[in-house]
Parts: sequence; structure tokens; C-alpha cells
Amino acid sequence: MSGKKIPQLFFSMLYISTFTFGGGFVIITLMKQKFVDKLHWIDEQEMLDLAALSQSSPGAIAVNAAILVGWRTAGAAGIAAAVAGTILPPLVILSAISFFYTSFTSNPYAALALKGMQAGVAAVIFDVVWSLVQHVWKEKSITNILLMALAFIAAFFCNLNVIYIILATVSFGILREIFRRKKGEA
Amino acid sequence: MIYLQLFISFFQVGLFSIGGGYAALPLIRNQIVGQHSWMTMSEFTNLITIAEMTPGPIAVNSATFVGIRIAGIGGAFAATLGCIFPCLIIVPFLAFLYYHYKGASLIQSVLSGLRPAVVALIASAGLSIAQTALFAEKDCNLQNIDWVGAVLLLTALVILRKRKSNPILIMALCGVSYLGIHLL
Repeated sequence: MSGKKIPQLFFSMLYISTFTFGGGFVIITLMKQKFVDKLHWIDEQEMLDLAALSQSSPGAIAVNAAILVGWRTAGAAGIAAAVAGTILPPLVILSAISFFYTSFTSNPYAALALKGMQAGVAAVIFDVVWSLVQHVWKEKSITNILLMALAFIAAFFCNLNVIYIILATVSFGILREIFRRKKGEA
Repeated sequence: MIYLQLFISFFQVGLFSIGGGYAALPLIRNQIVGQHSWMTMSEFTNLITIAEMTPGPIAVNSATFVGIRIAGIGGAFAATLGCIFPCLIIVPFLAFLYYHYKGASLIQSVLSGLRPAVVALIASAGLSIAQTALFAEKDCNLQNIDWVGAVLLLTALVILRKRKSNPILIMALCGVSYLGIHLL
């Protein structure tokens, strides 16, 4: 049974990864269609749990989701097959692009188009940031808004190492939770 | 040992990027522009443009691209492995916690506190990318702003906010418009 599942995992992820533009959330939707609706390897509730887990773990959401689905369906071999299927397409596509990159950027027309696309990428990132800031704002937590402002000042104006900012925030989160629990007990 | 350096750099990207694709941006910038000077800010901006327009996670795309440019195919493998290695350890561990101690409220609570900081870090990286896209050199004087680029950026942002259009299409249109305006 699981002998058949492993190649199927690999090729499903290979296919999904090749045609998924637009990051983690899109790929989770496609994985749900494949593994829940079509193959019935995972039930819907479990897929929701896996999606939440892959979003709260460090690293690329697509890779995390592949690890979890691989593990749930065929153990360690499943993880290997699913992850290989997920990273192979970007590996091949980006290798091909980097091969042409120098001749592409030295072409004046291509360089102009790339310059325009840079402005487009900035707009896409601002759009994402806008939604994320709205989300934090709506929680109406003064601590979180202050945290956001402080982290921005530290990163943008003080050029502080991003890793330190993340570690500081994680430590703060742990302390806050411990404090909350103590308060709950008292 | 360049392979080991690439592996360690992208290991850090994988380990500290929490919250999906864009969370990796500030970390990738930190590693390849800040710590190692493997790329200039302008090359990094091109890299993000390419990574956005091709399938696959931004972190994995960047790992492949940086790796291959610094040390060939071997470099691409070293960087990509580095990038996914932390996931291979942490994800099964978190899954174990999740299934054995349902809820795992500490993880949840730490993550909810981390989100505002990650938003700020993405904003900071986004601003640097906009600076690189709109200003020649590092001189962010308004006299040197690329007006065509600035108008395109604002138009694209308005369209994205109002119509939820496909980002890849918007980026491609920005490229075509920029080229068109400069050829006129």
C-alpha cells in the first residue's frame, strides 16, 4: 500500500510545486484538493491542523506542509519523497534562470523591464504589509502595536540584525506567557 | 569553505523565518547583502523580483539562485539543503508536541507575539526594496527619484488594494509599462 504511495507523493508534490505561483497559502489549498478531496489520504480536519502547524513552524510553508503530509501518509520515506518533489521544481527553474541572468540583465531592454518589475515587487510587498499591519491594528493590543513600531525602528533605522530582533521578541513572548500563567494561578 | 558558509547562512534563513514567504525576505537580505556581501542591494532586489515571478517558496528560490551564482550547482544544493534542514527537525518535533499535548498554548502565544515584529521586519525589507527600485545609487534624495517607477509603484499598489489582482500579472505589467514609457 505505502509502496505505491511514495512515488505518488513525489509526483503529486512535483506537479503542485511546479504550477504554484504565489506562495504558501496557495500551495496548501492545492494540497488539500489533492490529498483530501481526490486521494482521501488525509481527512479535512487533519489537513486544517497540518496547515496551521506548517504556518507556525519556521521555514517555507510549502516545505513544512510537504513534511507533514509526507509523514502522515508514509513516515520518513514519505517526508523524503514529498520534500524532494517540492524543492526540485524551484531548484531546476532558478538554476536555469541564473544561467541566463547575466546576459539577460546586460540587455538594455530587459534591464528596463526588470527595473519596472522592481517597482511592481515593491508594490506587492507593500500590499502584503498593509494587510498584515491592518490585522495587527485590529487586535487593539497596545503591546503588539508598540512591539511592531519598535521592531521597525530597530530594523530600518538602527540596522539591527534581524535575528536578534526575532530572538528578543520570542523571549518577550515566553516571559509574557509565564507572567500570564502566574497571574492566572494567583 | 564556501559550501559550508552557504549551508549555514540559509540554515539561519530557514530557522528564523516564521510566518511564510515574506518573513524570509529580511533574513535573506541580512545574510546575503549584510553579512556576506554576496550580492548588492540591487542584485538582491532583482533576485526577489525573480523569486516572486517563479513558482516555489521565496526562501528556496533564493537559496538556489544565490548558491549557484556563488558556487555553482553544488552551492545551490548546499544552500537549499541548509534552508530546509531546520524544517526537517523542527516540524516533526512541533507536530509531536501538537499531537501529544493538544493545543500547545505556549507555542501559540509566542507566535502571536512574534507576528507584529515579523510584520515590521517585512515592512523594513520592503522599504529597502522600494528605495533600490526608485533611487539610483544609495542617494535617497527626492531630486534623484525615478518618477516613472514611483508612479508605477503607486498605481500598482492602488490596483492591488482595490481589485485583489494577481500579483504576478501586476509585476509583469509594471515591467512592460516601464519599458514602453522609456522607449517612447
